[in-house]
Amino acid sequence: MSLLIKGASVLGAAPTDVYVEGGAIREIGSLSADASADEVVDAAGLVLLPGLVDLHTHLRQPGREDAETVASGAAAAAAGGYTAVLAMANTSPVTDTAEAAVSVWELGREAGLADVFPVGAVTKGLAGEELAELSLMNRSRAGVKVFSDDGRCVSDPRVMRRALEYVKAFGGVISQHSQDPSLAPYGSACCHEGELSGRLGLPSWPGVAEEVIVARDVMLARHTGSRVHVAHASTAGTVEVLRWAKAQAEKDGSWAVTAEVTPHHLLLTTDLLAGYDPTFKVNPPLRPAEDVEALRAALADGTIDAVATDHAPHARQDKEHAFVDAAFGMLGLEEALSVVSTVMVSSGLLDWSGVARVMSTTPARIAGLEGHGRPIAVGEPANLTLADPAATYVVDRDRSLSLSRNNPWHDRKLTGRVVSTFLRGKKTYGE
Amino acid sequence: MTRHLLSIDDVSAEEIQQLFATAAEMHDVQKREVKKLPALRGRTVINLFFEDSTRTRSSFEIAGKWLSADVINLSAKGSSASKGESLRDTVLTVTAMGVDGLVMRHSASGAAHQVAGWLDIPVVNAGDGTHEHPTQALLDGYTLQRQLGGPGSLEGKRIAIVGDLTHSRVFRSNVKSLTKLGASVVAVAPPTLMPAGVTDWAKADGFATSYHLDEVLPEADAVMMLRVQRERMSGGFFPTSREYTVGYGLTRQRLGMLREGAPILHPGPMNRGLEISPEAADAASSRILDQVSAGVAIRMSVLYHLLAGEESA
Repeated sequence: MSLLIKGASVLGAAPTDVYVEGGAIREIGSLSADASADEVVDAAGLVLLPGLVDLHTHLRQPGREDAETVASGAAAAAAGGYTAVLAMANTSPVTDTAEAAVSVWELGREAGLADVFPVGAVTKGLAGEELAELSLMNRSRAGVKVFSDDGRCVSDPRVMRRALEYVKAFGGVISQHSQDPSLAPYGSACCHEGELSGRLGLPSWPGVAEEVIVARDVMLARHTGSRVHVAHASTAGTVEVLRWAKAQAEKDGSWAVTAEVTPHHLLLTTDLLAGYDPTFKVNPPLRPAEDVEALRAALADGTIDAVATDHAPHARQDKEHAFVDAAFGMLGLEEALSVVSTVMVSSGLLDWSGVARVMSTTPARIAGLEGHGRPIAVGEPANLTLADPAATYVVDRDRSLSLSRNNPWHDRKLTGRVVSTFLRGKKTYGE
Repeated sequence: MTRHLLSIDDVSAEEIQQLFATAAEMHDVQKREVKKLPALRGRTVINLFFEDSTRTRSSFEIAGKWLSADVINLSAKGSSASKGESLRDTVLTVTAMGVDGLVMRHSASGAAHQVAGWLDIPVVNAGDGTHEHPTQALLDGYTLQRQLGGPGSLEGKRIAIVGDLTHSRVFRSNVKSLTKLGASVVAVAPPTLMPAGVTDWAKADGFATSYHLDEVLPEADAVMMLRVQRERMSGGFFPTSREYTVGYGLTRQRLGMLREGAPILHPGPMNRGLEISPEAADAASSRILDQVSAGVAIRMSVLYHLLAGEESA
């Protein structure tokens, strides 16, 4: 099986041809006009990127297959240009054993649309008390390297310390959902604390509830000489802490802190909650414009390392409750590249090489994925995404490949769109 | 008036005065031997209460019945989510039985707004979480206006709203309605019971805030005490009841700081001895029972304006 991508702009550079065979890139350069392949793709005007990698996806299987399955989530991922996704552990039952992790990993292999890497829970049942079988999950065929209680914070500093220490043995990383539950109680705190939450009478989630955990965790990572990853950073204060922590980590050289931001925290602001539409209920909550600006700048200058979707599908009935009772979360896989293009590329904050860095190369490095986020070079796996940088479209949630429809981008105009996705040379999305 | 009454934002100052004028007529009905008007004959109103409230539910029930509506009370205590049914399914089911209007109380802020988006009948917000309670604000404004001298009498008057502002939907609706009617509102509470972002909010909406009740009381033309909602207080918002009363209670001693005859209001139920002393609650200038009576008149007025239709208007 061979594939010829003709006239693509690799990371936004001058057009060239890319020849793929046996799942890997075999040749790059100007190939003769009559060069033959089993499949030829005319990529004139399109940008070629390494396949995108999502550090933060909720696939809901096992437990809530009505909202999403590994297969439907992988299809949505492919439509969003992703070739690898990390599936969060807060399924039912929780992914806190090797068997559970392997089960998710195998479902991903069966679907064959994106490589699905399970994230293991840090603590048993996400209860925040006893460490889960971190090492056994790592040793399993799923090869788990990223651990998170996402949806909940590992709020006990003693447990967090032990987790950071323990994963050092196999180069693991703890991805923390930073939410001090005393300051922002799980389940109830649902609106950024500020003037709007005061007016609306919604239980509030102050930015400091995130910042105190991020500050604590970087100190613990420094103390333990380990790696901590800040999931869905959402405030300017977090950016300040990260900036300081990264400078310290670079100086020390013995520990590391990385961070991700979601597409929705790069574009949407808390004022969308004024109409009590649960589509916009997410955790951490949408923040004010000044936080959004700080997050964009931090992504551009590398203080925030990666874009991660926090794709959180929910069945319709789970969102049709009163705002405080409705489920947290929004879809994200299919429009992530378009949002980053609209927010970061159109404004000049990132070029396409930068997009590849924050959406593929760096996420793959953080997660320890060897076959993803590689350079587009001869001999590398052909995990590739073709995008049309000029395409402008209005999002229609009913065209989604996800089983859910809680799409915050519905009816919104975005610029830049995924055209095709290739997993080891095989087209997983596109014409 | 808009189709629903979800918030004081839905009514202008002129519309509030219209509602008051109708309420005054309705108020007279209460003095009649036969307390019945035919305005809503043949109309069905459901009082759907997801949260307990004897006085508000009874007030709406009496208001509907005196207007000759068929009033059905439904209690749906606990969130629909806890029963596994979505709020949307619950209200669609309940109103599919040929209902003309829905009066709804819910423990969640914004619930009435959401429900109004799903229904094609008028919805009256009878209190949603810590967000708004528009008919309470209207009856408070109506009571104050009557007390202070009729239409226009709130203009320039200084009204103190005192107590647990954070958890008060009465405060959120009253600050809107009283400022619309030209009053100068000062919101008084300890810093822990001030709503988030209140400084910016006060600036934008033109009201004042204070932590010091003793400085505010002598200047006030009326004082509205709010209930300390201990059931909503999961954390320590103040150290002890005694300390709260010393700082923010309308005590017997503070009664003497009020201008003579300045009306005292409280939406009830009262915590006597905590936010309000028995002497203040029962003072000659207390308008607390007048508020209850005005509540029926205001709710009659609201139901009439939303539901009577052209043939009855």
